[in-house]
Amino acid sequence: MQKSSVDIRSLQIGFGGLKVLENLDLHVGESEFLVLLGPSGCGKSTLLNAIAGLIDVKGGEIHIGGRDVTWAEPKDRGIAMVFQSYALYPRMSVRRNMSFGLKVAGTPQSEIERRVGEAAQMLRLTSLLERRPSELSGGQRQRVAIGRALVRHAGVYLFDEPLSNLDAQLRAELRVEIKRLHARLGATMIYVTHDQIEALTLADRIAVMQGGVIQQLDTPKKIYREPVNRFVASFVGSPAMNFIPGRLARGGEMVFVAGVNRLGLNGYVFRSQPTDAPVVLGIRPEHIEMTGADDQSSVPARVEMVEPMGADTLIWCRLADGTAFSFRRDADAQVRAGDALAVRFPADALSLFDEASGQRL
Amino acid sequence: MRLSLTSRLSAISALLPALLVMFVVYIGATSWTVWISLTNSRMLPNNNFIGLRQYEMLFNNDRWITSVHNIVIYGVLFVSLALLIGFLLAVAIDQRVRAEDTIRSIYLYPYSMSFVVTGLVWQWLLNPTLGIQHVLRSWGFEGATFDWIVRPETAIYCLVIAGVWQASGLVMAIMLAGLRGVDEEIWKAARVDGLPKWRVYVSIIIPMMDASFATAAVLLSTGVVRLYDLSVAMTNGGPGIASEVPAKFVMDHLFERANIGLATAAATTMLITVIAVVAPYLYWRARKGEMR
Repeated sequence: MQKSSVDIRSLQIGFGGLKVLENLDLHVGESEFLVLLGPSGCGKSTLLNAIAGLIDVKGGEIHIGGRDVTWAEPKDRGIAMVFQSYALYPRMSVRRNMSFGLKVAGTPQSEIERRVGEAAQMLRLTSLLERRPSELSGGQRQRVAIGRALVRHAGVYLFDEPLSNLDAQLRAELRVEIKRLHARLGATMIYVTHDQIEALTLADRIAVMQGGVIQQLDTPKKIYREPVNRFVASFVGSPAMNFIPGRLARGGEMVFVAGVNRLGLNGYVFRSQPTDAPVVLGIRPEHIEMTGADDQSSVPARVEMVEPMGADTLIWCRLADGTAFSFRRDADAQVRAGDALAVRFPADALSLFDEASGQRL
Repeated sequence: MRLSLTSRLSAISALLPALLVMFVVYIGATSWTVWISLTNSRMLPNNNFIGLRQYEMLFNNDRWITSVHNIVIYGVLFVSLALLIGFLLAVAIDQRVRAEDTIRSIYLYPYSMSFVVTGLVWQWLLNPTLGIQHVLRSWGFEGATFDWIVRPETAIYCLVIAGVWQASGLVMAIMLAGLRGVDEEIWKAARVDGLPKWRVYVSIIIPMMDASFATAAVLLSTGVVRLYDLSVAMTNGGPGIASEVPAKFVMDHLFERANIGLATAAATTMLITVIAVVAPYLYWRARKGEMR
């Protein structure tokens, strides 16, 4: 199976006067699984459609497998695509859905049969080949759509929110299946989603997008641990990151000050020279630790509400000055609403953002 | 549970008009028509039973035979051409053309005209001495000939032209609704698959639109059976009896030629033909419904 890299150079896309993407650069390596993540309207689907050749670009270049395909037809780009609504041909059997494109392209019959058989086996569709899409479940339909993409033996596979129409359980199953497929084929895949769990579980690298701009392009771990700005920090992660406004003060070591609470920042790696402009502290619920009240660095808090979530429990608290935050404990934590406790915010798990620009400090 | 007398009364009185119409107008009038066709009624209905003699006369009647012949030609050509042209118009409009609303209205406009007006307009257009042929000759195309409407062997095709012109817009509207119902992503998938546009229409879109085609075909077919006013307004059945149609045969014999027996025999024959065509279709639909 061939693998292609994808190179996007200062890409511009607009509809009428509206600019959707401007000067976007992106490189996707061979065999890489890249996820484009962002809220609706951030331009991620537009970018994917442009790579597929389904919409015209205003400027810039798209190279696939080292070839400039900016103005090539979709079929000549060496790509295959899977859609949110499956987009199966409704009056054709599963077999015909998978083979029709190849047949029209003039592929020899024996080769078509070999590829369809191979894809069907890989996706456990062999027993469903003679059925029509209307006789299949949602998950089976999407597997057929993936099969239709696989038989093209493309260099790049594009996925446009392929799991969004499925219920939660099927989504999780198919997610694993796609990941397994990537491991087995080693093909280049670009995957669009608004679901951060899908992004974190599948991706080699994630491109978090907002307003037509890639905010951060990095490994899932890096995106989760060190978001470059407040948007990325709040969009990725569930339950969401806590944000506490305050300011920085220098007293021997750097200190974060929010009302009466002071928090030492020994261990935080600053990206830029800290100033005394207002800042926002971000910390993920699972990084907040419960401590004894005698701990020097701890802060007293009162439990407001407890949300059991199965494997663990989300505890909503307020600091003495009313600042709200949540943190995560395992399921058998003996905490009830109204309890008083002490918590600690480890400096190496924090993120600090400039309040005005939202950029990480 | 037993309903009280008053609520049962109100239910019956609510249903009564519909039941009356059903029994008196449809079943009553139809059975009476069938009965009269078995009598020797002429100007006024009577009850002298003569068996199938009227039908014998009917099928020995040149004018009836021509009518049946014409309705078959008209039916096949009108339905298939209207479907084809209507579909092509819809496809053309579906290419995201500018001024789509205006064009759609223009296409649909003929349907807002009655058959009488349609017939008159096309009678003038096709009339060799003042229509298309005349215009072409006055432009200098001396040899131009378009005189189908005055030639007995081609007059029926003139009815087809007028009928198709009138009905294509309606078919377009139905087809356009069907085309708009096609998921945008199917088009994208087909482009990625490298399918040419015509191939997408033929192999994927048209099979998806069977309901639209069925609706349009049923509407057009009812127009075929009751074809009357177009023939009256355009050619009045002529030249001679060249463009007679069954409905006109019935009407003429009922009201002009004072031959009720023959007219009802013709009407009954039409009814039986329609039932013979529709019954298998309804049976098939019911079977399909059961299988779901």
